[in-house]
Amino acid sequence: MDRFTWSNGLLEMNETLVIQQRGVKLYDGEDKECCIAIPLSQIIYFEEQAAGIGKSAKIVVHLHASPANKEPGPYQQSKFSYFKLSFKEHGQIEFFRRLTEELSQKRWESTPMSQPIPTATNSQTGRTRAVGIVGIERKIEERRKETEKISQSKLMVKAKEMVELSRSIANKIKDKQGDITEDETIRFKSYLLSMGIANPVTRETHGSGTHYHLQLAKQLGDILLAPLELLSPEDLVNACKMFESLKQPLRLRIFDSGVMVVQLQSHSEEEMISSALDNVTDKGSLTAEEFAKLLGLSVLLSKERLLLAEKMGHLCRDDSVEGLRFYPNLFNSQA
Amino acid sequence: MSFEWPWQYNFPPFFTLQPNVDTRQKQLAAWCSLALSYCRHHKLYTLDIMEVQECPVFNHKNIDRKLSTEAILIVFEELRKKGNLEWLDKNKTQCLVMWRRPEEWGKLIYQWVSKNGMVNTVFTLYELANGDDTESEEFHGLEEWMLIRSLQALQTDGKAEVITMDDGKGVKFF
Repeated sequence: MDRFTWSNGLLEMNETLVIQQRGVKLYDGEDKECCIAIPLSQIIYFEEQAAGIGKSAKIVVHLHASPANKEPGPYQQSKFSYFKLSFKEHGQIEFFRRLTEELSQKRWESTPMSQPIPTATNSQTGRTRAVGIVGIERKIEERRKETEKISQSKLMVKAKEMVELSRSIANKIKDKQGDITEDETIRFKSYLLSMGIANPVTRETHGSGTHYHLQLAKQLGDILLAPLELLSPEDLVNACKMFESLKQPLRLRIFDSGVMVVQLQSHSEEEMISSALDNVTDKGSLTAEEFAKLLGLSVLLSKERLLLAEKMGHLCRDDSVEGLRFYPNLFNSQA
Repeated sequence: MSFEWPWQYNFPPFFTLQPNVDTRQKQLAAWCSLALSYCRHHKLYTLDIMEVQECPVFNHKNIDRKLSTEAILIVFEELRKKGNLEWLDKNKTQCLVMWRRPEEWGKLIYQWVSKNGMVNTVFTLYELANGDDTESEEFHGLEEWMLIRSLQALQTDGKAEVITMDDGKGVKFF
């Protein structure tokens, strides 16, 4: 479109302002990519002009003289050897920074221009063009996409490494084959931390969800005493909840305090309580620790049993500086 | 006669407020009974919370157990609900212990009066509670505030009338 002329923006005598509209794009005929370009190689230097009251920030670009082979542009002659870009809203700082970068790198001197940037005056396709101002934006965009691609592929490589490492560790645990080296452990841990993953899930096992838990429950039922593979507490609990439906002779029991235990089904409540009462009566009184030692159970489990017996009214408590001790409930049994 | 301690007094859990509700009910009943019988034995009518904590009833030094202040107040609340205790102040620092309720006292007094054929006689309060004649009676030494309440209870029943005399109060039995 070679019919445009410069204007000072003011209305002539016989003109009236009909309408103003921002954000309108200019097409040259069907050609959407219509813009004005200046090769960066033409820039001698540029400077900032700070914003003032009523004045926007500007960048002033000083240019060499027009080369002889310059393509036709909107204005054949000008008395100025510089132009100004006025940033009405913002973007001046970033633009200045990018321009500085480009001008220091002078990429047009080394890289062959492979991408033709269509301009209003560029009727010859295939003709490479030096990077223009708007072209800078495109280059930036390309670079960003490339970086993204690189990041993603790096991430894939890392994930793959991690999966392989964890598989090797899991196998070693399973087959009790050799020791997991400290190096492997450290690497594994750092992978987990860097990924922010507490529980890496591999697709190739049974996936996640009910099926996985079912399988786990079955396994647990069979090998409860053998050392387990690394399991998350949540998975363990979910699997245990399925004991009954899987006809396993185990039950998950949840106490009032929230403590959960896995116990044999044959372990009925009455039996537990009456045996606790017998033990306590026999010894006169017992603390949770003493009871634990007596039965060879954990203190936590012993305490839960004593509390249960108390709840049922078979035991009562003596709570003093000496500690918490359980007695047979004589308040009930004695007149 | 020395005071006879109940079996609970030597049972350490007695001094721990029981979490099991049923157990606690039995425990509190035993405490109420103990507190009242101790007060009766020592003829205590007024109690001070601070002093009472060190009293042997609540502080059993032999087994190194004592009832907490919180628990003592719970026991006292039980007593109040049963009509055996009255707070003298809002802060609950002092209370009246009625190990025998006024009505029960009134009955005892009237029994003695009628047994001795002293109906229609006028007594001063002093005579009644501190006179030689009543020395062997349980109500002997009864504090005045309790005596008045007891007589008022009889008055309600139409069995007595409290009268004000020159040098104090008196009572006539019917």
